[in-house]
Amino acid sequence: MSEMTCTDLVAIIRECAGDSDTADLDGDILDVSFEELGYDSLAMLETAGQTQRRYGITLDDDVVVEAKTPREFLDLVNGKLVAAA
Amino acid sequence: MNKPIVTGIGVLAPTGLGTEQYWAATRNGAKGIGPVSRFETEQYPVVLAGEIDGFEAREHLASRLLPQTDHMTRLALVAADWALADAGAKAEELPEFSAGVVTASASGGFEFGHRELEALWSKGSEHVSAYQSFAWFYAVNTGQISIRHGLRGAGGVVVTEQAGGLDAFAMARRRLRDGAGLMLTGGVDSALCPWGWVAQIACGRLSTSADPERAYLPFDSAANGFVPGEGGAILVVEDPESAAARGVARDYGTFAGYSATFDPPPDSGRPSALRRAIENALDDAGCQPSDVDVVFADGAGVPELDLAEAEAISAVFGANGVPVTAPKTATGRLYSGGAALDLATALLALRDGLIPPTPNVSELAPGIDIDLVTGQPRRADLRTAVVLARGYGGYNSAVVLRAPDKP
Amino acid sequence: MDTGRRVVVTGIGVVAPGGTGREAFWDLISSGRTATRRISFFDPSPFRSQVAAECEFDPVRQGLTPRQARRMDRAAQFAVVCAREALTDSGLSTTDLDPRRTGVSIGSAVGCTTGLEAEYSVVSDSGRKWQVDNDYAVPQLFDYFVPSSISSEVAWDVGAEGPVALISTGCTSGLDAVGHGRDVITDGLADVVIAGATDAPISPITVACFDAIKATTPRNDEAETASRPFDRSRNGFVLAEASAVFVLEELGHARRRGARIYAEISGFATRCNAFHMTGLRPDGKEMAEAIRVALDQGRINPTEVDYVNAHGSGTKQNDRHETAAVKLSLGEHAYRTPMSSIKSMIGHSLGAIGSVEIAACLLAMREDLLPPTANLHEPDPECDLDYIPRVAREKKADVVLTVGSGFGGFQSAMVLDRRTA
Repeated sequence: MSEMTCTDLVAIIRECAGDSDTADLDGDILDVSFEELGYDSLAMLETAGQTQRRYGITLDDDVVVEAKTPREFLDLVNGKLVAAA
Repeated sequence: MNKPIVTGIGVLAPTGLGTEQYWAATRNGAKGIGPVSRFETEQYPVVLAGEIDGFEAREHLASRLLPQTDHMTRLALVAADWALADAGAKAEELPEFSAGVVTASASGGFEFGHRELEALWSKGSEHVSAYQSFAWFYAVNTGQISIRHGLRGAGGVVVTEQAGGLDAFAMARRRLRDGAGLMLTGGVDSALCPWGWVAQIACGRLSTSADPERAYLPFDSAANGFVPGEGGAILVVEDPESAAARGVARDYGTFAGYSATFDPPPDSGRPSALRRAIENALDDAGCQPSDVDVVFADGAGVPELDLAEAEAISAVFGANGVPVTAPKTATGRLYSGGAALDLATALLALRDGLIPPTPNVSELAPGIDIDLVTGQPRRADLRTAVVLARGYGGYNSAVVLRAPDKP
Repeated sequence: MDTGRRVVVTGIGVVAPGGTGREAFWDLISSGRTATRRISFFDPSPFRSQVAAECEFDPVRQGLTPRQARRMDRAAQFAVVCAREALTDSGLSTTDLDPRRTGVSIGSAVGCTTGLEAEYSVVSDSGRKWQVDNDYAVPQLFDYFVPSSISSEVAWDVGAEGPVALISTGCTSGLDAVGHGRDVITDGLADVVIAGATDAPISPITVACFDAIKATTPRNDEAETASRPFDRSRNGFVLAEASAVFVLEELGHARRRGARIYAEISGFATRCNAFHMTGLRPDGKEMAEAIRVALDQGRINPTEVDYVNAHGSGTKQNDRHETAAVKLSLGEHAYRTPMSSIKSMIGHSLGAIGSVEIAACLLAMREDLLPPTANLHEPDPECDLDYIPRVAREKKADVVLTVGSGFGGFQSAMVLDRRTA
């Protein structure tokens, strides 16, 4: 599976948790925290679950605590993808 | 304390979205039952439902809410929005902890649950949504409504099948007596998915007719079961002093009396306890049977249940002693939403002095000695209405409503 | 609302993990043993959390007819068996009850979910068909569809014809159903109410949904010590099944027949946090408000509280939230008041647990012995109250507070007062 991009992540977030009420997800949101974007832990659990299924990886339970921004989330996921390759 | 008043109504029904659209349709005997469109019914013995058409959740709710809500919760959230707007009430303008929510539920978010069961059984546990931990359960509408509007007073959820709308109304009254100022209450249900359909068919009371005008005919000699529907109503009930304090100038009427009883076991051979529920509710309201101007019937659509209801009504009010109506023949039975919608309908009838008809019913079955309003609406000076509801398994409830005092 | 009618508990029935019946339940929780084990009802290996607290329960051996056992979901079976034990305990028989003056109020968070899932697997051919097959549906499927079938079964069994209801406010259902039963009596609508709660949720869909939000513990290798409320190492709750049902009576009704009174239900209140479906506001303000109102109803000063039965689910956020709420409502007295979580021993049976915890409180008052919090070795620094670690404590408890918290934002509190007895 190829690298996960921010566009891929945004598509999953929209599907799992709906669009942001506060920001344009198609804009530059890499370093905007999920909290600021309006996504709570439940939304992130759902997003993490879908990411795991789609990319065939296993993320730690703490991913929703550790990954505070899209950049951090993508780093974690892509780290796993590299490790799995 | 003074008896509570209803100050806001929010309706989503197969015959109309919003109170006035629904009431205009109901007055005129419009019909909302039709072939199921939500899923394929060819393989099932039941093919009709009262579906809500033209409801686009995203027009009313933020997209953040959609992935985590069942269809029935979306309907309930919108009904609650409309009820609060109608009452002109905002939680932040009320004393802290003084506004709460009590809803009825019958079967929870069944369609959401169906999707997640399928994900689990066909794909595996890691495919189950995090939202499944609450989106399907019976308490979800109360929780989501309280969050949406910041209502931090008492919360409650009653499950008594079709009687739930009245029982929730009574629990809301109890919370007002405990000191709450305002309560949102009512019920909204929907289980229009194949899994919900098969579960409903199992009760053995659904009509297998394919003719929308002949499928749900309570009290009629051709009664052959009922048609299920979706939707319901959310009401705002308030302590009159608290309502006056926030400047409320008009209300729909007073919650004057209530009672709930339970039938003897099915094999006992003893009669239904519905009559006692009506009598107790009138006592609670301080009313005589002769004070009652209209009865909104439960209207099961099952011949022996219709007869039992007609006998209870006649025993209290006399044969043909009071106008009776069952506008729900236009919507189907809405489970926890059914009686909540009947409360709304009864309040609108009191407001306008007009008894809406019972669509489709024309020829009363032998032994049904009630003055059923059919065909055209009937004009009358309405001061007091009784709403009846029965839930599968023996639940009977009755509510007495009174029109607002004329200025 | 004060109507002058007071409500007391005169009978207790329990089905809980580790032993069926009231006394077996007390024996387990007072000795600090645990009933949390690896799930045996189905193969739990695909799941993140594989631990649960299951009941050893045979419906026919517990007195149900085979026909009743076939018709009822496990949650309904539990409730009926508990109702019978409670009636026997109260010294009442069904022929003593005036049907019209007898009500039923049963709490359940997830109703007949186990029966529903079992039937789903059949009609969907194990998830293969979205258009499920009606030909394989059993008649009781509708009873599972509407969980008010549970309160119907109890009402039929005890012969109640007054107000009957199922109360379903998630994990506070067990407190709220007893609270509703109390209201029915104080309002004069009945003299006796059979009130309690039941849940039998140990089925794949329930395990999976709590897996998905990481609410249950993944401590699969240490099942017997997996539930660790207030401990620094806690990492989620242990799913359980159980039921507890009570005979509630109007005080004069109980006194006239010389009934043994466990305690008076002297206060009950519930509040919504209006915050999040699964999250809790850290300050515990809404639970504190429920406690304040419940104490106020009983005209009880916070310093009179002798014991707090905690919700204590063993999730990170709950135990801190609740500690904050108890401090907020009891003030300095919170530090002097023993508080424990029996979920450390019998897990979290969702809507049932509130009633099971009321049973624990009533039995603790009877025995002058407070059940411990098992598996508590190293307290979380943010949980700094006296949680009765591991060993039960002898103490006379006249006034007891029990609290609950549930998905949907529900926060409930009940005050039990033995001085009435």
